[in-house]
Amino acid sequence: MRPAWSVLLLTTLIGAGQGLFLALFALDAWDAARGQASLAPWFVAAVVFGSLGLTGAGLLASFFHLGHPERAWRSAAKWRTSWLSREVIVLPLFMALVAAYGLMHWTGRLQGALPVGAAAAVACLALFVCTAMIYACLRFLQEWHTPLTVANFILFGTASGLTLAAALAAWLQPGLARGYVIAAFIAGALAYLGRIASLARNTRLRPKSTLATAIGVKHPRIAQIAQGAMGGSFNTREFFHGRPREVVRAARWTLLALVFPVPAALMLAAPQSALVLGAAFLLQYAGLLAERWYFFAEAKHPQNIYYQAIA
Amino acid sequence: MTHKQLALVIDLNVCVGCHACVTSCKQWNTSGQAGYLSDDNPYGAEPTGTFFNRVQTFEVGEFPDTETVHFPKSCLHCEDPPCVPVCPTGASYKRAEDGIVLVDYDKCIGCKYCSWACPYGAREIDEHQKVMKKCTLCVDRIYDAKLPEAERKPACVLACPTSARLFGDIHDPQSEASRAIREQGGYALMPEWGTLPANHYLPRRKTAKRLHPDELERHDNPLKVDGQLPRPATGEPALDDVTSW
Repeated sequence: MRPAWSVLLLTTLIGAGQGLFLALFALDAWDAARGQASLAPWFVAAVVFGSLGLTGAGLLASFFHLGHPERAWRSAAKWRTSWLSREVIVLPLFMALVAAYGLMHWTGRLQGALPVGAAAAVACLALFVCTAMIYACLRFLQEWHTPLTVANFILFGTASGLTLAAALAAWLQPGLARGYVIAAFIAGALAYLGRIASLARNTRLRPKSTLATAIGVKHPRIAQIAQGAMGGSFNTREFFHGRPREVVRAARWTLLALVFPVPAALMLAAPQSALVLGAAFLLQYAGLLAERWYFFAEAKHPQNIYYQAIA
Repeated sequence: MTHKQLALVIDLNVCVGCHACVTSCKQWNTSGQAGYLSDDNPYGAEPTGTFFNRVQTFEVGEFPDTETVHFPKSCLHCEDPPCVPVCPTGASYKRAEDGIVLVDYDKCIGCKYCSWACPYGAREIDEHQKVMKKCTLCVDRIYDAKLPEAERKPACVLACPTSARLFGDIHDPQSEASRAIREQGGYALMPEWGTLPANHYLPRRKTAKRLHPDELERHDNPLKVDGQLPRPATGEPALDDVTSW
């Protein structure tokens, strides 16, 4: 599949925004359970604005994927069958709940903020599932059609959000930084293990469709002579990443290095430095872009069987 | 399966790969009220454009035992189309009355998700109108009462010079299309995904005569008795010599 920048940005930005909110709400809920109030208002404000900014930027990026962005409102129609439609509904809902939660926190209504935050957390998890299921539900894209896809979206989103929360805490409320660094390390490690598992799974996949089933001729040796067009078509543009093998391999190594090991080393080296933690987040985010790029590039669409030779 | 399911049945044994179905499809569908099918560089080095139907060519086997298969490829109007439920707007739909899978160009937002969900690559986005397009089985033609009855068929079917394309209701056991599938080994593409394509293909068929040894040699003459009959020597008189006619 061809990685589209709009989709890479959408999935990584909203993932980080969701993880950032979860980082704040988890601590808020823990505070409520202990009967304490440990959150500094400026930290809460930074997290809420950060979360809204990231999800808003992701939402904006998604519009660039559409041929007719002015009709985007129509995409809420088929939520009964389409995960994309569900995502389109849940994303603004999540943003509205986060905004309401932040507003109640800012105005000091902490008791009222908790249930709103809990609703936002539910919407947050639903959004993770919707986003991932857009890819995981396509059964013939075998690389995507696995529960690991859903796990990876949830874990990577949470991990990147926690890394950003650690950086914001080190800047605005240093007492919280240590806890967030530990949480970001654990979430990152789990995400990394999940991705390695899916990489291992995908290298051993055997494509279910072959040229023999694609054209219905039972013969082990079939070669394409012509694909019906000489100058390429939508089929040759949308479903091939069109990059040399070296680029794909580089993306794989970039993701394996940047998505967890490098930011984890930075976080452990300077767990109190906002600057270093911020750099760790940016590196992890770059790694996530490489991860999403590779996620698309590694998926082999069965329609590609029909487009192996031009003439 | 009482409702209608219109479909094409394409005979690969007869298709000669002339692309008449491609050009007639393009001509009909680029001239219709749904708007043109856009092209880029039609006369340049890299011509590309939107098509509903394409003919591909494959070589089966290894020289000298090869066979060329021309393979027309268009939307298969699946009975369980995976492209329809994923559409977020409902622009992609399957008609209940005749089973044709269609796109409402006024509702399509151009997100391309349906094309990802089609294992056959039957959908193409129009790069200028920014909506997803695909074969409509010439829905604007097959019900047109102004046309003579015989012309109410998809443009590709009418254009095919070898009648390799049959059109009909594959749920009606008496239709020509149904009978062809049943009697000539019609099959579906990529059956492993359970999409139940309505369009079927008829396989290449070889006409071969199988000769048994007893067809070359009389089996009721095992001792070759006729071969052992005494033959007259060449010097002996022939029948002509001893008979006066």
